[in-house]
Amino acid sequence: MGILEVKDVNKRFGGLKALTDVNLSVTENTVHAIIGPNGAGKSTLLNCLVGKLIPDTGSVMFDGHSVLGRKPFEINQMGISRVFQTPEIFGDLTVMENMMIPLFARRDGAYRLHAFRSVASEAELRERAEAMLEDVNMLDKRNMHSASMSRGDKRRLEMAMCLVQEPRLLLLDEPTAGMARADTNNTIDLLKEIKAKRDITMAIIEHDMHVVFSLADRITVLAQGTPLVEDVPENIKGHPKVQEAYLGEHA
Amino acid sequence: MFGLGKKDVTLFLIVAVMALFAPFILNPFPTDSGLAQFNAGYPDLMQRFVIFGILAIGFNILFGLTGYLSFGHAAFLGVGSYAAVWMFKLLSMNVLPAIVLSMVVSGLFAVVIGYVSLRRSGIYFSILTLAFAQMSYNLAYSVLTPVTNGETGLQITLDDPRVLGQSATADGGIPVTNLFGLEMRSFETLDIGPWAFQFSVGYYVAAVIMLISFYLAIRIFRSPFGMTLRAIRSNQNRLYYTGLNARPYTLAAFVISGMYAGLAGGLLACMDPLAGAERMQWTASGEVVLMTILGGAGTLIGPVLGAGFIKYFENIFSKINDQVVHGWVSFLPDGLEDFVVALIHPFVGKGWHLTLGLMFMLIVIFLPGGLVEGGQRIARRLRRRPAEEPAKSASTEPAE
Amino acid sequence: MDAIILQILNGLDKGSAYALIALGLTLIFGTLGVVNFAHGALFMIGAFCAVTLNRLLTLSHQVVDETRTDFLGNPLKVDIPYVQDLFGEAAGATIIDWSVPLAILFSIPVMIVIGVVMERGLIKHFYKRPHADQILVTFGLAIVLQEIIKQLFGANPIPTPAPEVFRGSLDFGVMLGFDPNAIIYPYWRLVYFAFAAIIIGAVFAFLQFTTFGMVVRAGMADRETVGLLGINIDRRFTIMFGLAAAVAGLAGVMYAPINSPNYHMGMDFLVLSFVVVVVGGMGSLPGAVLAGFLLGILESFASMNEIKAILPGIDQIIIYLVAIIILLTRPRGLMGRKGVMED
Repeated sequence: MGILEVKDVNKRFGGLKALTDVNLSVTENTVHAIIGPNGAGKSTLLNCLVGKLIPDTGSVMFDGHSVLGRKPFEINQMGISRVFQTPEIFGDLTVMENMMIPLFARRDGAYRLHAFRSVASEAELRERAEAMLEDVNMLDKRNMHSASMSRGDKRRLEMAMCLVQEPRLLLLDEPTAGMARADTNNTIDLLKEIKAKRDITMAIIEHDMHVVFSLADRITVLAQGTPLVEDVPENIKGHPKVQEAYLGEHA
Repeated sequence: MFGLGKKDVTLFLIVAVMALFAPFILNPFPTDSGLAQFNAGYPDLMQRFVIFGILAIGFNILFGLTGYLSFGHAAFLGVGSYAAVWMFKLLSMNVLPAIVLSMVVSGLFAVVIGYVSLRRSGIYFSILTLAFAQMSYNLAYSVLTPVTNGETGLQITLDDPRVLGQSATADGGIPVTNLFGLEMRSFETLDIGPWAFQFSVGYYVAAVIMLISFYLAIRIFRSPFGMTLRAIRSNQNRLYYTGLNARPYTLAAFVISGMYAGLAGGLLACMDPLAGAERMQWTASGEVVLMTILGGAGTLIGPVLGAGFIKYFENIFSKINDQVVHGWVSFLPDGLEDFVVALIHPFVGKGWHLTLGLMFMLIVIFLPGGLVEGGQRIARRLRRRPAEEPAKSASTEPAE
Repeated sequence: MDAIILQILNGLDKGSAYALIALGLTLIFGTLGVVNFAHGALFMIGAFCAVTLNRLLTLSHQVVDETRTDFLGNPLKVDIPYVQDLFGEAAGATIIDWSVPLAILFSIPVMIVIGVVMERGLIKHFYKRPHADQILVTFGLAIVLQEIIKQLFGANPIPTPAPEVFRGSLDFGVMLGFDPNAIIYPYWRLVYFAFAAIIIGAVFAFLQFTTFGMVVRAGMADRETVGLLGINIDRRFTIMFGLAAAVAGLAGVMYAPINSPNYHMGMDFLVLSFVVVVVGGMGSLPGAVLAGFLLGILESFASMNEIKAILPGIDQIIIYLVAIIILLTRPRGLMGRKGVMED
């Protein structure tokens, strides 16, 4: 039984079948990649997991509880954090402030932030934030205005913001989309480091095969809204169905 | 100290000292001198400084932190005034219940308006708040006349019940607002040489309330709640995916800010117990925005500065007439003198609003961060200049 | 029945003004992405163009008229407008009488110049700034313009009459078979409505049938792509701003006889016009026009005594109420595109 169980999910947009009978199981402490060519339904699937879309039929269970019909912030409170395609951070805030907000959200819940206690008095949370920044090599940038950082640093910060919440599942939406090769490699290294340092469950939606094969423990191949195969990376590479699906793109 | 950081304590103490010694600070010119007209240390004007300061501090909690631009904050000011005057009519002339009621009523009002308006953001939010304020204004003038007394404005009269007080004083006059017997309008004059300093009860009551409001605002700014409000301005999407629901926090900010406005309205009524609908007009809302922007939205001290600045110049500029200007430039040859007077004339006296509008534009164009940013820029420049010389010593010391 | 027709007619002239101002606001918003709080001031300046022309035309010199005497028996001094010297007495008088329609010609270049100067000198620098900044700077500009007009023309409303022939009223009721005086409608309001219809038609035709209009419409839909095509969109947008200013100005010129121009009329109309734009749908031209007339008529219905008896005060708040309901149930307005300015 995986921590995330997707069962028979279907989603249509008007006449277009975006997802057909999708089944997926993500086991704890593994990196599970969901790959597929453009238009395979990867983003739709992801949006069904985080509460942005509700599937027409089927169920999405996280740790035994359904996520369907819950708002994104409720799903986050259940333990799922999400990294976006283009880094989403609080640009007007400093790096350290960016780190504190996820910590407050985790400790105080969605509705019970303190209005009169000073942020400066939260020594324990600050230490945790600093430790996390240390982990992603950003401690020296903690007082920087986050909007002025490079895209790579923003990606690091977003990752740190998600990780500091100690999520039970980290979702990554094409973390290398639109990146140059060097940046892509940096991101892969970062993810590998993260994986090496802690037990973490990750689900990566990805288009780039290179990223997937260097990270994933298991891979699900999605094509035209339906899973083709699910297997370990070694078996996926030569799989005839996968080559067929990717023909014309990675042939 | 007081749960504040070192810098904030300093800031608070500066504001406190300024507020408590305002009758001295704002009265630098001897009473008989020609410059006495630039004095601002009389009770009426000082009261307006601190009351509009409260209004701007509250507005800043909403606009400065969350970035939601309300164009209808004057409605809360008006509601607060009406509530306070009703308290004077029905209960007693003590200002305390009046202030409490004005905050409660404007808070409830803000819950309703905020709940509806916050379903939209950006310009739609601005228009919604504007629409609500205009509705309140129009209603206050028409159907709600029994409550607001329409165009005349709500006043206290001799036949008001005042169940805990008296309808009329012993000599048949209308009783005055007081705090447990201390009359708001009473003041002491202290003569030192050619100077005359006035200390009014009303001003100090308002000033203490302003300091409390300012202190609470600092606490809010420095709290996780305040930080989250800034995060709302920055990136709501990220906030939702970080496990926080922006809506209740924004609403809380809106209500707090509405209550500040109501408090300011109530205090205005405490100093001068009447309330009129014009206090709710959208130009009044625009003025609050202006104060906040001028001082520096999102900064702690900015709105207080902005409010003081505008109220001071409004008062001084509108008092300057052509004769005064002639007095200044009388050293010039006649033709030139008239020319200069004609040049200045449109901007002073009744033309004060023109100056205000120009100031507003210049600030938004060149100094979006307001006076605070301007001050910082100057400070930076001053600091840099001496720093260039001892470059040697700087290089030997490790940075930080 | 006659009462209903009367209210619709009454709503038309205000609705026309709302529609014209909202049209300009939408043009500016749709093309430049700028929220222009100074647009009401342009309407007001238009009205004062009519006042100015009227004053220019009535510039007079005094002549001693020997044929007439005052009550002391002295010869009477009369003011003779220069226009009458130039064109003869009768023609001169007619020109003065027609000063408001003539002001249309006078106001177009004035308004375009004001619009272009405003865009090049101020608005241009605010394209990339947040909407809040745009609102604030144009709000400041509106105050400045309004105060300048106040200083030039004083604070009191200045009656500016329509030409003699339009001063009466039309007994519309008789034409439709109702009792005489059941539906009385001033001629000038009919003129105003017709004028508004022509201007609106002209703007739409211009956008629909000219290459310039096509580019502007494309720019409204997708500014970046049009820019990539190598078309100098910025210059066209400057012209567009001038045009929008002219539309607002014309609306003001012709409104002068309906409501004597005063310096704050722009602000009064601005708030309502913004509401109109939002109800119509940000960025939708037909929406702006439709909502303008709709709200104008709605407002005049709400001021009927029968309706006020049931819902007191409704006439004061109807427009805002409608706007609030529309914004909450259909945030993109009646005809707006999805996603415009939603955050």
